[in-house]
Order: sequence, then C-alpha cells, then structure tokens
Amino acid sequence: MSAATGTPAPRRMTYREACKQAIRAAILADPRVFLMGEDVARYGGCYAVTKGLAAELGEARIRDTPLSENGYVGAGIGAAIAGMRPIVEIMTVNFSLLALDQIVNSAATIPHMSGGQFAVPLVIRMATGAGLQLAAQHSHSLEGWYAHVPGLKILAPATVEDARHMLQPALDDPNPVLIFEHVMLYNREDELEPSITGVDIVSAKIRRPGRDITLVTHGGMLFKTLEAAAVLHEEGIEAEVIDLRVLRPLDMATILGSVARTRRVVIVDEGWKSGSLSAEVAARIADEAFYELDAPIRRVCSREVPIPYSAHLEKAALPQTPAIVAMARGLVKGG
Amino acid sequence: MTEFRMPSLGADMEAGTLVEWLVKPGDRVKRGSVVAVVETQKGAIEIEIFNDGLVSEIVVPVGGRVPVGTVLARLDGPAITPAQAAPPSLPPPLPAAAPPPAPPPSVPIVPIATAAPSRQPASPAARRLAGERGIDIQRLRGTGAGGAVTVADVEAAAPTVPGGETGRRRAGFDPAAMRQAIAAAMSRSKREIPHYYLSQTVEISGALARLERVNRERLPPDRILPAAFFLRAIALAMAKTPELNGFWEEGRFRPGDSVHIGWAIALRGGGLVAPAIRDADHRSLDELMASMRDLVLRARSAGLRSSELSDPTVTVTSLGDRGAETVLPIIYPPQVAMIGIGRIVTRPWVVNGAIEPRPVVTITLAGDHRASDGHRGGVLLAEIDRLLQEAETL
Repeated sequence: MSAATGTPAPRRMTYREACKQAIRAAILADPRVFLMGEDVARYGGCYAVTKGLAAELGEARIRDTPLSENGYVGAGIGAAIAGMRPIVEIMTVNFSLLALDQIVNSAATIPHMSGGQFAVPLVIRMATGAGLQLAAQHSHSLEGWYAHVPGLKILAPATVEDARHMLQPALDDPNPVLIFEHVMLYNREDELEPSITGVDIVSAKIRRPGRDITLVTHGGMLFKTLEAAAVLHEEGIEAEVIDLRVLRPLDMATILGSVARTRRVVIVDEGWKSGSLSAEVAARIADEAFYELDAPIRRVCSREVPIPYSAHLEKAALPQTPAIVAMARGLVKGG
Repeated sequence: MTEFRMPSLGADMEAGTLVEWLVKPGDRVKRGSVVAVVETQKGAIEIEIFNDGLVSEIVVPVGGRVPVGTVLARLDGPAITPAQAAPPSLPPPLPAAAPPPAPPPSVPIVPIATAAPSRQPASPAARRLAGERGIDIQRLRGTGAGGAVTVADVEAAAPTVPGGETGRRRAGFDPAAMRQAIAAAMSRSKREIPHYYLSQTVEISGALARLERVNRERLPPDRILPAAFFLRAIALAMAKTPELNGFWEEGRFRPGDSVHIGWAIALRGGGLVAPAIRDADHRSLDELMASMRDLVLRARSAGLRSSELSDPTVTVTSLGDRGAETVLPIIYPPQVAMIGIGRIVTRPWVVNGAIEPRPVVTITLAGDHRASDGHRGGVLLAEIDRLLQEAETL
C-alpha cells in the first residue's frame, strides 16, 4: 500500500510467479479447485510453477500423478463432470499428445454428446514452444492443433497480467479450457497492476497501436513482435501489434478492425505454416477483409523441421525479430 | 546521412507534387530553411527542412507526385555507412500509356480471340478505390509489395474525370482537390470525434470602445480588427486550459507544446486553410493583427509554409461582419477543440437592471469529449469572457 494515495503499488513479478499466484488464489477461493500433474507436488513442477504450493496447501490440493497423461487427464475430466474444478498440468504440449484421446474424444465431446447434461469445467495447463534447447520432443508449438477442435477453448497468455488472471475465468467456464504457457516467458518479469483484478478470455488485445501494418501474434512470439515493431518505428513504419490471447474462438473483430485501418498484415506464429493457426487467421482475413487489403497476407513461422537441439540451429528454425522486420518492411515499402 | 521526406501537412494529406526545388546538390541548408515548394490539396506550400547539412542528392525531380513519407532529397551528415549510402534507384517516370503487352511467348494454350493484356498487379483495396474514382489501374506504376499498385498509388494518381477529360489544375490551387481534402477531414471528424458544444454570448462594448480609440489615430492598413481582440483573449484562455490545446492521437490526448492557433481563412474560389499563429499567447494585439494579415495574404497567394499547416494545436474560425450570429464548428482532427466567433450584433442587454442596446458576440466551443469534459470547456469560455471585459489591459 502506498500511504500517499491509498492504492497498492504495482508489483513486479515473473510470469512463473504470476502462474503460481493464479493457482494458489484459485485453490484458496474454491474448495472444488485442485491441481494435479507430473512432479507438481514434491518436486514443484518441471518449470517450478507450483514450487512450495504442496507444502502450503497440502497434497490433497496439489497432487502428484503417475507418468500417464491419458490416465490423469481422464481422471481430471471425471472430476470435472462430478463437480470439481480440476487444473491439470501437463509438462509440455508434446506430452499432451498422449492424452489426445481424453482431450479430443472425451473432454471436447461430452457436453455435446450428452445434450448439455454434463459440463466439463476442466482446465489443462501446459508448456509450449522452443528456445531452451530441449530438442524436438519437448519444443514444439502445437496449440494451433488444439485450436482446431470445437468444444475446446484455447488460451495463450503472453503477459504477466494474463498469466495471473486468465486462470480464474478459465475455471469459471463450463467448457474444457487449455492454457498454453510458452517456456521462454516463465522468467520474464513485468509490473502487475493491482487495480486490475481480472481479464476476459474472449478478446484479442492491441499491444501497440500503429497505422501502417498489423502484426498478429500470440504467446512467446509477442515480445519478438513488439521488438520488431520498435525497430520498424525507427524506420518510420508504425506497426500495430495484436496479441491473440484466445486462439479458439478467435476474436476476428479485433483483427479485421485493425486490418481495415492498416490494410497490411503479417502473422507471426511459432507453429509451422502448413495446416496451422496462422493459416486459419490468414484465410479468415482473406475471406472477410479481402477488399481492405493493400498487400498480400504474409506469415513468419517456424521452419518446417522438427525443432533442432543445437543452439544455432534452434535459433535458425524459429521466427526471429529481423525476419519479422524484413517481412513487414517489404509489405509497407514495396519491392 | 539524413533523408528529407515529403512531410504530412495535416491528417488529410496523402501525397504532394514537387513544384520547385529551392536548393541543389552541394547547397548547405539549415534547420528551418525553405528548400522546396510542394503542391498539395491545400495549394502550394513552402517546405522547411528540419536538419542542418549539405544537400547530397535530389531524389524526386520537379513534377514528381509522391506519397507522404517518400524521400525527396538526401543530406550529408557525419556518419555514412555503405548500406545507408547506397542510392536507391529512381523509379522510372509514369508513362503516358502502358506499352502494348507482349503476348506470352512459349506455352501454347487454348487460343483466345483477343490477346489478354498483361495485368498490372494491384491490391484488392487499390482496385476498389480505383473503381470508385474511375482510375485505370493498368496505367499506374505500383510501389507496393511485388510492384503492386497500392491505395497510396491510386490516391496519388490524378482523378480521371468521367468523359475522358483530364482534370484541369490551376497552379498551386485546385478547388476540387481541396473540397476532397475538406470532405475527408470533416467526415473523419464527425465519424471519430464525439463533439460537445458550448456557447457564451459576450458583451463587448468595452473592447470596441478601445478599438475605436486606438484605430482613430491609425491608417487603415495598421488598424486592429475585433478578431485580433478575440484571438488574444482566446490565446490567453487556451494557455490556462491545456486540456483543450493539443491532439488526440492513438487513443490518448497529447498536449500541445505551446498555444499555436490555427486561423481559419476562407480562400477565394472556395475552400479554406487554417495556418498557425505560433505561440499566440505570447503575442501582443498588434503582433497578432500583423500575423493575421500576413497569413491571409500568404494563404491567398499560396505562400504558406509546411510548419504553419501542421503546427496548430487548436483552430479558431471567425465569421466576420457578413457571417452568421453563431457558428458550431467541426473540430479539425487530430486537434481536440475548435472555437467559433460569430458576427458582432447589437442586442438588448441587461445593465444594472435596465435593458440597453449593447454590442455582443457569441463565442462557441466545439470540444472533443474523449479529451475533455464540458466543465473545462465552460471554464475556457468564462475566461475568454472575463478577459474581454478587461479590454483596456488585454
């Protein structure tokens, strides 16, 4: 508390800490909420998000599970149907593929197949993305795959604020909600404004306004894209940066509104191009804003290879700031 | 090395035509020098430069019409890296008509009766705009990605008059183009700005008495008009209400660095411009009057400077002695306020409980409700009123 104004001062914290506080607050607020996953209790989570929570909240609320994704995700679905509000943590999106059957065939379909008799108020959190030299089985960005599936809500918090506040509306949602936390964001610090006590899980946000070109991105790519926008600004190009935040359902109104102003768009996505979320965004812009466009829709995505282990190859495979700058510059300045 | 670019002389300016270079390669220029004359929808404007340096290259020749932001010339500065120094190739001039396209040579496909013209790539938005304006997109040179014609290219092209006649342009001023510019700016204003309006009727017998006394000893060219009086009061009041003096940009208010009053001047032949009287709150009555005369003269002879068009932090319009009693102005974006001065009229006025004929003027304020509230606007008008009552010291 600041004595002078009576309002609490902004608190600086990491994205990791924001995730932890969100979980802690949700568990303290509602006896139905618990978290389970591999190594979340005694070890504190493979990305240390839940470190210390088991000691504070007890192992009934922070539960270690066997290494069996399909098993404990299924248990989470059952608990949700039975009235609990489970948060299931999966180490990385690569491992979530072992639970695809439960997520796609059960969680996403049961509300539909039961004619609305059973809601599945389940939240699944998982790490996504590359950059830590964890090689091809721990580094992929597959959130776009999940955004393909009706019945799921897909969130990609990129900021500390979203990491802190997206969990509660996700738990309140009667549908299964998947939250993707990019591994490169956990150590990122930012001020958390105490007067903001909640965020929506509906809208995309314009993180930087600009008039010349729209850069659409999400998750771990947000900060490279903002960096690119700053470089472009030096060159006299004002880029508008949209953070999708919610990958399904997409907030097309924000995207189309921006494109109608800037008439140019680059989509920046750490996923691959083929059959991807970036392809979906591009297709919808072409479909719904074709006559607003003053340049082709372009994308900056990961190279179509399994993410390499070696540092320089990993870097080369991922979208980097200079590539975003070059792509945007080419659309604005021609050539 | 520094690049000197086509400046934006207002929210509605998209492109300009280089009419005259006042410098040549090798000339030394200083910040503030007038280096070129550019023709815009607002007439021919003298363009100032914002850097000191040596002109190394003229990029856009006389007659070139280019979008805002295009490099017009380069100046030599201290540090030149090879990458920066590489001169970009000058775009070829726009041909009067596209050369006949060569038919595609090799692959024999189904023969068609008429040779399909090779298509000039154009963006969807550019095609739509060209269609609306009746411009033949095949005749334009594209500056967009892949050489495509963009919206800016279409906007830079002279509009084709229906019937095939090209639009006649008087040097320096094109009433049709200015009408378009006004239409664009005013439509944007009414679309984006939630206006609120306030008005105040001000009794000005004291001000007029002082004017009459001052002017009695002066020759007509040196006389002070009531408008200068009003402008002085407005400038001083604006300095006290900074919330109304500035710009609404990117969703927030940016205060002006000083009070630069845009003085709306009607042009002969139609249209208007509102060049700035800079630091108006620091100018005496005589100085304001001199600025007004100078601006009117130069606005009507197309001799305005670029900074005068882009600087105003607020605009004032005075309808003069042939105008209406009250004006409800439309804010010129991105400014956040506009003040209107009506005609001076004699009206019944209550003085010490009795009704007397008195000269009054109605001063109105259009405020941008995103940037300020009616209360601040009311404070401004009350302050203008108060200052005009102290006519002897104003």
